[in-house]
Amino acid sequence: MKRYLLTLFLAVFVVLLSLPGEAADFDYHLQAQPVADGVYTFIGRSEDFNTVNGGNIVNTAFIVAPQGVIVIDSGPSLRYGQQMRAAIAAISPLPPALVINTHHHPDHFLGNQAYAELPIAALAGTLKGIAADGNAFAENLYRMSGDWMKGTEVIAPTRVLVAGPLDVAGRRLRLISLDGHTGADLAVYDEASGVLFAGDLTFNGRAPTTPHADIGHWLAALDQIEAITREAGFRALVPGHGAVTRDAAPIRRTRAWLTWLQATLREAARAGLEMNEVLARPLPAEFADLPVAASEYRRSVGHLFPAVEAAELGASGSVKQ
Amino acid sequence: MNFPLTAAAIALMALMPASHAATLQESGDPLGSARWADMQKTFLGGQPVLFDPRVKVTAPSIAEDPLQVPVTVDASGLPKVQEVIVFADFNPIVEVLRFYPEGARSSLGFRVKLQQSTPVRAAVRTADGIWHIGGTWVNTVGGGCTAPSAASGSPAWQSRLNEITGRQWSEGPNAGRLRLRIVHPMDTGLIAGTPAFHIEEIQFSEPDGRPLMRVKIAEPVAENPVFTLQRDSGGGAIAVEGRDNNGNRFKAEIAP
Repeated sequence: MKRYLLTLFLAVFVVLLSLPGEAADFDYHLQAQPVADGVYTFIGRSEDFNTVNGGNIVNTAFIVAPQGVIVIDSGPSLRYGQQMRAAIAAISPLPPALVINTHHHPDHFLGNQAYAELPIAALAGTLKGIAADGNAFAENLYRMSGDWMKGTEVIAPTRVLVAGPLDVAGRRLRLISLDGHTGADLAVYDEASGVLFAGDLTFNGRAPTTPHADIGHWLAALDQIEAITREAGFRALVPGHGAVTRDAAPIRRTRAWLTWLQATLREAARAGLEMNEVLARPLPAEFADLPVAASEYRRSVGHLFPAVEAAELGASGSVKQ
Repeated sequence: MNFPLTAAAIALMALMPASHAATLQESGDPLGSARWADMQKTFLGGQPVLFDPRVKVTAPSIAEDPLQVPVTVDASGLPKVQEVIVFADFNPIVEVLRFYPEGARSSLGFRVKLQQSTPVRAAVRTADGIWHIGGTWVNTVGGGCTAPSAASGSPAWQSRLNEITGRQWSEGPNAGRLRLRIVHPMDTGLIAGTPAFHIEEIQFSEPDGRPLMRVKIAEPVAENPVFTLQRDSGGGAIAVEGRDNNGNRFKAEIAP
């Protein structure tokens, strides 16, 4: 079997090498997109991790503050972090002052290495999550993104953030401590520019991922950040994945998916479906064209159905033991 | 060995739609597994074998969670099923479970732990002594058999060990269906310091005592097992009786 696997790997490797579009120079071609005065994002692709995109499926951002640059999420690899830092330097001569990780998923923190000498900050739950799962996440990305990951190691945040105002490099940020996408999801509101960095609480034009999700909590978190978009100063929303908007559309889209997903799983459990039958259900027309919807639905069934099913079987009251 | 088989294959082909008959095979594992010869020796020891599309094994081609890989075996297209063995060629513990559909439809849904990518197969013995084989490849990043159970991380399960929840469906498209979940860590014994601790046997019976299905369960069945059975017609409460390898017994009745 070992030999068989090796042959398989070699075959896959050769095929990948010969694929057109495979970037041998490992350049993510990061282009800073202006969102507001002094606020920029790097927008990733609406895809799953692969050896062509190198894990650049995520949005990262930075704020040029009076005394330094605030970095929000650091990307999926060391190379990404380095290239991001170089792209920031091309826009502002100010040094980075602080890196914030919005949550503990690998595409949001594995670029930390490129900022290792700086304070790196996150919610307490994010620190815990990175300590527990960080290495397994990194291994998984090595498997999915290949050599783009070369040299990447887990650097955990060193500073704990709490909800409330945070003054950094002469800028006042409002930190909102939430959960639902993971056990600790940080949203950052930049009061000066009116830009809301919503992290992976919002996905725009891509189906949300749910490996650590609690849908009920997630929906509640969406209500909270939607309130911010109604404030007078609100100008733009930067989702964790997908295009920046000037309105709350990514919140509504994420809510629509999660509400449908939750209802679908509950209804399937109530109807007595077993997991393979749930996996085989077609997507509704509403989501048919949403990128990676089919694969994220299948992954979500794996993540969430066992608990939904357990609740349903437990609620029947028809067992005498 | 080949002669009676060929006769059996020809007889079967005559009864099957052409598309199925074309895929009946006596030799040459359709899943191309290097372990097939070993599997055949271990489980089917020299008895006649037929790769048969009427043995439907459903599982995701990519397992999102190697600790909870859903598998559905449906051999209800075969007559007089005596025994069904489910195994996974490349799992460190190969045998997953066996079931004997005494009065129920010969189908069973459950979830397994997989350590690496592997075929998951069902070998179905019919009354004529022939083993009908079906299966599917499941790709997984693995770790399913050497990851600790969730229960081992918290003592809360002890007070709920062998607790059963479940339900019967008597109407709608799933009429006749029974689903149940049993709280059990299902430890494989492959983790240092955690001995094998798993449910070994469950007997399902009709209210009048007629047997419905017997299931013999091995370590790879997932933690807090969930089983899906199908009766051809609805009836009264189904009795469930079983035990684990530590001698803990459980008993429950699931009303329609």
